[in-house]
Amino acid sequence: MSDWSYWAVQTLNGLQLSMLLFLLSVGLTVIFGLLHFVNLAHGALYALGAYIGISAATATGSYWAGFAAAPVVVALTGILLYLGLMKRMRRAGPMNQVLVTLGLIFVFVDIFRLVWGDIAIGTVEPALFTGRSELFGVVYPTYRLFIIGLGALVMAVLALVLSRTQLGAMIRAGVDNDQMAACLGVNVEKIFFLVFCVGCALAGLAGAVAAPVFSAHPDMGTEILISTLIVVVVGGMGSLRGAIAGSFLVGFAQTFGTVLLPHVASLLIYALLALVLVFRPTGLFPARA
Amino acid sequence: MIKTVTGALVCASFAVAAAGPASAADYKVGMLLPYSGVYAALGQDIDDGFMLALEEAGMVDQVEMVREDTEVKPPVGLAKTRKMVLEDQVDVLVGPVSSGVLGAVRDFVDQTKTPLIVANAGNDAATGENCSPYIVRVSFSNSQVNRPMGQWMVDNGVKSVYTLAPDYAAGQQQITAFADAFKEAGGEVVGQEYTPFRTTQDFGPYLSQAQSTNPDAVYVFYAGSEAINFVKQYDAFGLKDNTTLYGSGFLTSPLYVDAEGPAAIGVIGSLHYIPTLDTPENKAFVEAVQKKYDRVPSEYTVQGYDAGRSFVEAIKSGATDKEAIAKALPTVSYTSPRGPVSIDPATNNIIQNVYVYETVEGDDGKLTQKLLGTVENVKDAPNGCEL
Repeated sequence: MSDWSYWAVQTLNGLQLSMLLFLLSVGLTVIFGLLHFVNLAHGALYALGAYIGISAATATGSYWAGFAAAPVVVALTGILLYLGLMKRMRRAGPMNQVLVTLGLIFVFVDIFRLVWGDIAIGTVEPALFTGRSELFGVVYPTYRLFIIGLGALVMAVLALVLSRTQLGAMIRAGVDNDQMAACLGVNVEKIFFLVFCVGCALAGLAGAVAAPVFSAHPDMGTEILISTLIVVVVGGMGSLRGAIAGSFLVGFAQTFGTVLLPHVASLLIYALLALVLVFRPTGLFPARA
Repeated sequence: MIKTVTGALVCASFAVAAAGPASAADYKVGMLLPYSGVYAALGQDIDDGFMLALEEAGMVDQVEMVREDTEVKPPVGLAKTRKMVLEDQVDVLVGPVSSGVLGAVRDFVDQTKTPLIVANAGNDAATGENCSPYIVRVSFSNSQVNRPMGQWMVDNGVKSVYTLAPDYAAGQQQITAFADAFKEAGGEVVGQEYTPFRTTQDFGPYLSQAQSTNPDAVYVFYAGSEAINFVKQYDAFGLKDNTTLYGSGFLTSPLYVDAEGPAAIGVIGSLHYIPTLDTPENKAFVEAVQKKYDRVPSEYTVQGYDAGRSFVEAIKSGATDKEAIAKALPTVSYTSPRGPVSIDPATNNIIQNVYVYETVEGDDGKLTQKLLGTVENVKDAPNGCEL
């Protein structure tokens, strides 16, 4: 393997991880920013997406059934959580929210264990994206290229909606000052609810997309939660730009840390977090300046 | 109302307490296993295997079982061990899965002279520098499973390897044992990396690095979900086409090889048991497990079975109390489903065959294990053990 293709592959590895982190953290950060709600159970929704994706794929024999079912089922679960729990907890303060959603993690982990068992399960990639692709002498798994493409697509759609549509303007207004937006006739509650659903659906999508690469196991949501929270804090709460910047920083720090400084790689993202907190306590691109 | 309920509960608990000592069982066995958490499936396999051995010997009615969940946490394991030894007064303990838990209970078991049959935990030190006359291991040691692969791979034309394993005690012991034996046999280790334990999901960066050193083979130790992720990603990155993946046989354990799917085909591992061994003992065992539990036995099932079997053999030899059981356990020897087994008097670790096997697709399209070679009666050096 030539030197240049080695670094190209590692760059693609970094991109792929960044995109996965982006799909997860964008929902979380907007929920943070907009609803002022600390939802630690977001990682569990990602795991739920992976399990639903695998089950649907196994039942129908098609990866795409899982790909379609996971966001829908996870969004519906999100709606149940929102109506049953989070709506009541809106004014309860961050500490109570953290406790309740932390409890939810344990509930979800045990549900996964009861329904799908303790042993990790897996699924295969869709036939369309199996094998490897070659471009300029760089060989890379095709399915991972699909993840990168999908992440870029979601990024573009969200950017377009937020900056170019009326809905996007209302969301931005809500993040900026929800009381003022409500006075101007924006139904803030409804917007919040919609944003929450989309955030959950994206977490489910991330789970379904990750399932063929990583196996699904009960603790997978807890494992990814830390990286996702770091993305949100580094990027700045509530902004799309923040989620993008945070995902790339954490994704590349983790990948190139592994390659260049293997012994301190796992510390690197925490060092990044500490640096950002010292010099820009509100994150790189906070929604509210 | 509340008073009535409380009263009923108090009565009920007295009734239970009274029923305890009155039972007809001759022996009390304490199972110290993870019944929840990441290793719950392993704990269940061991428990099932143990019960099968009791059933086979017709001893189920003579033994009272006490089951405690270690939660894979050393302090919890120690608290549960104290409870079973002091309160329940068990005659023998069976478990644990985690070497961390074993390390935590070692001194207490040794001081209270309670025989402990280790049914999984593979830490070399448990039958090395920290060995105890009361601790007998019927599972494996980390180096025992890996050491034979060094010579075997050199004999089969592999000259250079790249190694990978999770960064914790078992990962380091397994890889070091293999790497030392491989170098001694004349092989070259061209690169080594340890991945953060339980936080690594994406092996992409490591795989690209392994590929860039261009080794004859890659040798790894991974288990559980890490094993599934690794095997699948190894295939996805195309390493499998040119570089055979070798490893400690837990990599493609029958417990989860189906989740790895076709990516596992062609992976070669070494382990102390595979369910396809062609011996009358194993055939009967596989049939019994399939009949009773409706699944193929894993290495954990056989470890549980051998824990039960060695307990049964110790009782049959006339042992009746803790002290006598502890003395009898190291002397048992018989032909297990995994082949002839005995306990090394120098360390109290099991002496057993290690099997080199390849994961292949069977006639029915399901993944199965093909035996490539047998290294007989593998025995660890005492490593500072004085019994």
